[in-house]
Order: sequence, then structure tokens, then C-alpha cells
Amino acid sequence: MTKITMTVNGKAASADVSDNTLLVEYIREHLRLTGTHVGCDTSQCGACVVHVNGQAMKSCTMLAAAAEGAEVTTVEGLAASKDDLHPMQLAFKENHGLQCGFCTPGMIMTATDMVKRYQEAGKELTEDAIRHELEGNICRCTGYHNIVKSIQDGASKMTTA
Amino acid sequence: MYTTKYHKASDAANAASLLGASPEAKILAGGQTLIPTMKQRLAAPTDLIDISGIAELRGVTIEARKKLGVLKAKGGETITIGAATTHYEVANNADLAAACPAITGLAANIGDPAVRHRGTIGGSIANNDPAADYPAALLALGATIHTTSRDISADDFFTGMFSTALNDGEVIKSVSFQAPAAAGYGKFPVPASRYAMVGVFVAKSIDGDVRVSVTGAGDDGVFRHAGLESALTSDWSPASAAGVNVGAEGLLSDIHGNAAYRANLIGVMAKRAVESA
Repeated sequence: MTKITMTVNGKAASADVSDNTLLVEYIREHLRLTGTHVGCDTSQCGACVVHVNGQAMKSCTMLAAAAEGAEVTTVEGLAASKDDLHPMQLAFKENHGLQCGFCTPGMIMTATDMVKRYQEAGKELTEDAIRHELEGNICRCTGYHNIVKSIQDGASKMTTA
Repeated sequence: MYTTKYHKASDAANAASLLGASPEAKILAGGQTLIPTMKQRLAAPTDLIDISGIAELRGVTIEARKKLGVLKAKGGETITIGAATTHYEVANNADLAAACPAITGLAANIGDPAVRHRGTIGGSIANNDPAADYPAALLALGATIHTTSRDISADDFFTGMFSTALNDGEVIKSVSFQAPAAAGYGKFPVPASRYAMVGVFVAKSIDGDVRVSVTGAGDDGVFRHAGLESALTSDWSPASAAGVNVGAEGLLSDIHGNAAYRANLIGVMAKRAVESA
């Protein structure tokens, strides 16, 4: 067992976990934050993407112990409240960016990370760039078109730089 | 995943002593290959030694070239990359992009964004996956791998598919190489995994030495290609690379493509690599 301490969605979180606990298992099963999904178990689908110290990472491909001391943001941490969604969440809602919704938390966490990186670098987030950036996120419903549209819309309403 | 014991190493020497203390221990850097392998129960290290937070293993340094002899137009700086430096950090280092854009471009196309935020150059070369990108770059650039006990040339380091010259209890600290006069990387990725079906790295040193390495295609991992090296030594041009007759012997056949297909791709990727250099 290893004692871990981290900040999740702005709140201190601490637990004794077995050493082989994945970050996603800690988030879902210990903290009961079930917005972060496990889709593939082979590190390919991106449904488990969270932000660790401000960078998108696959929480199924990382030990909880390796996130010791980190600032973690899950999809539950994006919106200020249920009535005040993050611009990227609103964009997915308004552009029909989801069908079954299983991949959506990972899509939104990947999207907010990519927009932040492009805005900070002063680079234009083109449609091609969005499609390239989504290589690590799989959606089996939408065919991606509305996800790309949602990210374009959400990006236009996000100011991170 | 089988049970394991997690250790956080305080520095490289500590990591090496923890690694040497247990015969079935493994170094954990970004874990982007090791953790999925453990989840599949294809690896069961008794101990994991996390080196991801060690400051001395992270970062890129570029030392200006010494002004000896004829001043060359480009290249000659000594580039050192810490073993725990992530693909994202390599891809986005502006000074490195100026000195050796082939390696920043290579790093920018490994896996996907989340993998690049966590995966490291040391992890990539220690694993020596036969389709990984970095082994091709280090072999073609004539890099040196610095470990906790010695320096190893890339020619000696990559000893075959998933195997390296690393001994038990030996930890990679950094890699270094001289910035080339020109270098380029052509990669044909497998669409699902983003690994190289075939990747060809071409490099010309400031002294005019040409080295060409191929990843993804060999049935025993990354290798240098003598035919492409001699063609590009006499004429550094895309047409020269494309004119080389690449044989299929020793190449991999699998569900993605047979050896003859890969042989053809080597010529095409070599041509594109020179075009991009």
C-alpha cells in the first residue's frame, strides 16, 4: 500500500491504495467521480483522459501513486455548477457532439487541453489540426463530424491565453 | 494487473541501486508502454521504480559548436536530452527545433497528445520496440546513450527486437548527439496504433557522413541500411534515395503488410525523409 495525496478538482484528496491502483481506478472507485470512463483498457480510446498538472493524460495508463502531489482535473471539475457549464461542454450540447455519450468526457478533456495549447502558442486550431489532435480519442457513434464542429465552436468561446 | 511494489526514486543513482536490488524490478518513466503491458499481464515486475519526477533526468540542453576549421552553415551543436524528458517537451522545444527539426518533428508524431504528455525518450529506447521512432533517430544521428555506469554508442545499444545493451541495475540518464547538417524522418504510421509501419531517418553530419536507419520494417528491430547510405553519400537527393533497390530479405511480414510491401515503403519513406531534410 502507498499513501497518496493529490488535489482533485480543487479539493485535497488522500488515501491508502495498493501500489498497482491506476489513477482512473482511484478517481472512479475511491473518489466516486464516475464521469471519467474506461472504454478500452488498452490505452487507445481516450475515454479516461483527465488533466494532470494542466496536461491531458490517460488516467488508465498511469498509476495513482505516480500522481502523488499532482493537480488533477476531471470532467466534473470543468463547470462551476450544473447551470454554468464550461464553454466546451455547452458547445458539445449545442452542436450534437455526442450520441451515446460514453466517449464525451474524454473528448471534452482532450478538447479543452488542445484549445489551451493552441491558444497559448498563438497557433490557429484548424479543422485538420483538430482531427489530428483527436487521434487518441475514439468515438463509435458520431463519425466525428459533430465532435469537430463542437470543438471549433467551443474553442471560439474559450479564452485561456 | 499483478501486484507490484511502487518506489519513487530520489535521483538516478538511487534508481540504479533500487533496480539492482531486485532481479524482477523495472524502471517506470512515462509508463505508456509498460503500464498497458502490465495491464495485459504480459509483464509482472515485482518492483516499479518511478523516475518521472527526477529533475536531473529531464530537459534539453544545447551546447554551441566549437569554432574549429571551416564554419559550416548548420549543425555541430551538442544536443543532450534527459531520459525522462517527455515527447511533448522535445516536440515543443524551440531551440531544439532550430538545431534539429527532424527530432522535434519525430517527437510531435509519436502516439497521440495524451501519450506525448507522459511518454519519454528514455522509455522509448530502453524498450526498443521494433516499430518505435526514437531508436531510428538515435541510430542515424550516431547518438551516445549515457547511463548510470557508462556511455554506449547507439550502434552498440540497440541489440535486437526489444533488447538493448543495458545491464541489470543500469539506468539511462540521457542521450546526446551532434546536431546534423541535415536530417529528416519519413514515417508511414499504422493508422490504429500510430507506430511506424516503416520509418526511415536520414542524417548527414557536418563532416558529410551519411547514416540511414530503418524502424518498423526489420524482423529484428531497428537497423542501418548500407545501400541507402552509400547512395546518399554520393548524391544527397530524394531521387538518389528513391533509386536504391531495397531488398525484402530480413524484413517483417505481418497482418499490416508483407516484407515486399515494407521494402517498397523503405524506398518511399527514405525519399520523403530526404525531401524533408
